[in-house]
Amino acid sequence: MRMKTPSINFMAARKIAGWISSGAVIGSAALLALIGLSFGLDFTGGSLVELEFATEPVLETVRETLVIAGFPDAVVQAFGAPTDVLIRLAQDDAPKAGDDVFAALQAAGFEVELLRSEFVGSAVGEELREQGGLGLLLALGIVMLYVAFRFQFKFSVGAVVALIHDVLIVLGIFALFGLDFDLTVLAAVLAVIGYSLNDSIVVSDRIRENFRIMRTNDPLKVMNDSINQTLSRTLATSMTTLLVLLALLSLGGELIHNFALALTIGVAVGTYSSIYVVTGVLLMMNISRDDLLVLEKEEEIHDRP
Amino acid sequence: MIQSFSLWKTIIVIVSLILGTLYGLPNGFPDDPAVQITSNRSTDLLSELDVIRAEDALKEAGIAAIARDFEGSQAVIRFDSVETQIKAKSVIQAALGSDIIVALNLAPTTPEWLQFIGASPMKLGLDLRGGVHFLMEVDLEAAVTQRLDAYASEIKQMLRQERIRFRSVEVRPGGAIEIRFLNAETRAQGVERIRTAYSGAFAYREADRDSAAFVSLLLAEGQQANIEDYAVSQNLTTLRNRVNELGVSEPLVQRQGRNRIVVELPGVQDTATAKRVLGATANLEFRLEALPDTPVRETQQFKFRANDRVAQLERDIITTGNSVSDARSSFDENGMPQVNINLDASGGRRMADVTKTSVGRRMAVIFIESRTRNEIDGQTGEIAQIRYKEQGIISLATIQAVLGNQFRITGLDNARESSELALLLRAGALAAPIYFVEERTIGPSLGAENIERGLNSVIIGFVLVMCFMIAFYKGLGVIANFALALNLLLLVAFMSLVQAVLTLPGIAGIVLTVGMAVDANVLIFSRIREERMRGLADPQAIRVGFERAFVTILDSNITTLLVAIILAGIGSGPVKGFAITLAIGICTSLFTTTLVTRLTVESLFSHRHLPTWAL
Repeated sequence: MRMKTPSINFMAARKIAGWISSGAVIGSAALLALIGLSFGLDFTGGSLVELEFATEPVLETVRETLVIAGFPDAVVQAFGAPTDVLIRLAQDDAPKAGDDVFAALQAAGFEVELLRSEFVGSAVGEELREQGGLGLLLALGIVMLYVAFRFQFKFSVGAVVALIHDVLIVLGIFALFGLDFDLTVLAAVLAVIGYSLNDSIVVSDRIRENFRIMRTNDPLKVMNDSINQTLSRTLATSMTTLLVLLALLSLGGELIHNFALALTIGVAVGTYSSIYVVTGVLLMMNISRDDLLVLEKEEEIHDRP
Repeated sequence: MIQSFSLWKTIIVIVSLILGTLYGLPNGFPDDPAVQITSNRSTDLLSELDVIRAEDALKEAGIAAIARDFEGSQAVIRFDSVETQIKAKSVIQAALGSDIIVALNLAPTTPEWLQFIGASPMKLGLDLRGGVHFLMEVDLEAAVTQRLDAYASEIKQMLRQERIRFRSVEVRPGGAIEIRFLNAETRAQGVERIRTAYSGAFAYREADRDSAAFVSLLLAEGQQANIEDYAVSQNLTTLRNRVNELGVSEPLVQRQGRNRIVVELPGVQDTATAKRVLGATANLEFRLEALPDTPVRETQQFKFRANDRVAQLERDIITTGNSVSDARSSFDENGMPQVNINLDASGGRRMADVTKTSVGRRMAVIFIESRTRNEIDGQTGEIAQIRYKEQGIISLATIQAVLGNQFRITGLDNARESSELALLLRAGALAAPIYFVEERTIGPSLGAENIERGLNSVIIGFVLVMCFMIAFYKGLGVIANFALALNLLLLVAFMSLVQAVLTLPGIAGIVLTVGMAVDANVLIFSRIREERMRGLADPQAIRVGFERAFVTILDSNITTLLVAIILAGIGSGPVKGFAITLAIGICTSLFTTTLVTRLTVESLFSHRHLPTWAL
């Protein structure tokens, strides 16, 4: 175990990091605008049926059976295990469509077991979408208020820019690969907000402390020392979180696969952003000791919990 | 600094450890698949005899039960596997008949001494135990129109009885009843009469045109909301009755928002029947056939269900399925399905009143069902749900004698239809049509699979984190692992105690908590290391490390907690389950790290140097 605080010059690469971050964010925003998220059933409305076949079915045959049974738009795809098949139906089908598909396949001689069947009305889908967007904005707003209240305005800008950075990149990757964005992924994105903030706060906390105790007014040195001092913690926490997420990703099954994936990306990006994005924003806003002087009185109280 | 960790903190930790173990323990006893038997009769309870009959039937079918509990209103018979449970259900149902409700159930196996202190296992969500979730929307517009129709019908009859002459009573689109009187004088009489009969229900707007005196009755302020509220709560009651008739243990029927109802049926496998029975808006209407000289605006044309014949019926409804007090299906002399109906007092009176003067005329029984179909707008491409009523005459028979409150109806297609109609009439009609707006079904095998996957993720995640902590922080890592294990125990115990529902995303929340909960420990240990490097002696480094880290821990946890609360507030279903476990996990992890880790570390190392194995 290394017992010395590392002294890596993180800030030397801050320009490159700035370019990478800006590029990733702009790229993600462009992907979202051009391709858009492929919203799952929860948000679009429609029906889906997950079936387990006794023997591995030929998807083309299943598709043909469904076309004959009157579901020309049915999308048939393998889902997890080779015997598991997911069938998506267009959104204008009635709530009974799932049962009908199941019945049609049984009638055609397939030995199937119903694993899951879902129907979401288009009005409900729209509501869930609105609620989700609202939740995202609400979470960002409240977090910004909290950080502004506990730290200082510049830090809250830094934290929120880092959050938007992380969330946009997660969404951008989902758009790029056309991964299904459903309610569980939304929950994951909100959890990413929580996690990323957690990281940003730990780093910000140290920056604030170091501005106070270090006999220098060089923000670059303060940032570098702060990041180095918190580095072992940042990496340890990211590691443990990534470890459990990998467990979820590999063992949790298809239902929460995308949830775990969104969180994994979010945690990885969040770790990077707590090092570069928060500090980048603070430097851009010319953070200095003077910004924190007002808070000194409050600081002393905090040191004695 | 042993004094800073006074006795009471030690006591808190020990007490929480004991309570956590006690209340978490029931989750270690897996549920037995069971069949629950309850009586459907409101008057008498389940008798010992019923249970004996059930057991005899099981013995005859060669199905072995592992235990049975019988107490007053219900009996629970346990089996060793889900397959035998399902077989047993149909055997018992066949033996006991339709007066007894036989439902699949998961019976907890919590030992009695744990039950005594109120400990029970966590409730499993539908995604873990299988079942159906429905979200239904009540058609409030239809509820208001229906009520106006009923008012119009009543007012007509009242005016006739009072011999106040009027031309017509019609329900206008937009929610008003328009009455056309001969002149202003009769109008004044009529309005006076209606005002006393329905005090406060309407606002009156009079108008004169086409040499006739009109009055429009508009629903008074608040009335519309009352009608809507009544419709939703009436539908809730009806759905509860229907769910009971279906035989489901631990169902959930709950209002959500202004016009929605959530129904959750754990363990239901035959979802098609459940959906048909719950969503059925089937109702009956009894109307007289119109006489040849009845004015056209008083009549309405109806089709027969069986063929394309039509009949002219009176617009006035004698009574509806809502006044049915009991209904049983059986077969008539020719072996055709029929439903025997008992009307309640007011329905019976109306029926007697009307048939008294109409012997020799024909009465129609109309079967009504509300349905939806989706239509795509040719221009915008938007999908609109079109709601429509399907109604057809099932029988049109001559009234032989004055009908009382007991009679039978025939003309049904088959036995299934007659028994379902009887069930629906018994459970009560829906006060307003409902539509399924969301449905999620999880098969039992997927549920079991989800539990297994979730458990595996928790265990593997937990083990990985423990290994990492020991590799990274050695001895202190062991302490952190102890805190983490206690954290998990408290989380499970708390969720069991408040009977929070565990879902698959909830398990994901637990897994994430495991990963993130160590963060607080990591912060503390890193800080202690740093303080040592700055030259502080170990006990001081430990003290300062805890104190400095605490502020950071609080800040970072509060923000995550805020996000979790927002999630729980706006989220539904999976999001909520995740948010709740995450929020509880944050609280328990704050508790374990700030109290348990600190207590252990300080009591071990407050007076001596940290040995090299420790950090």
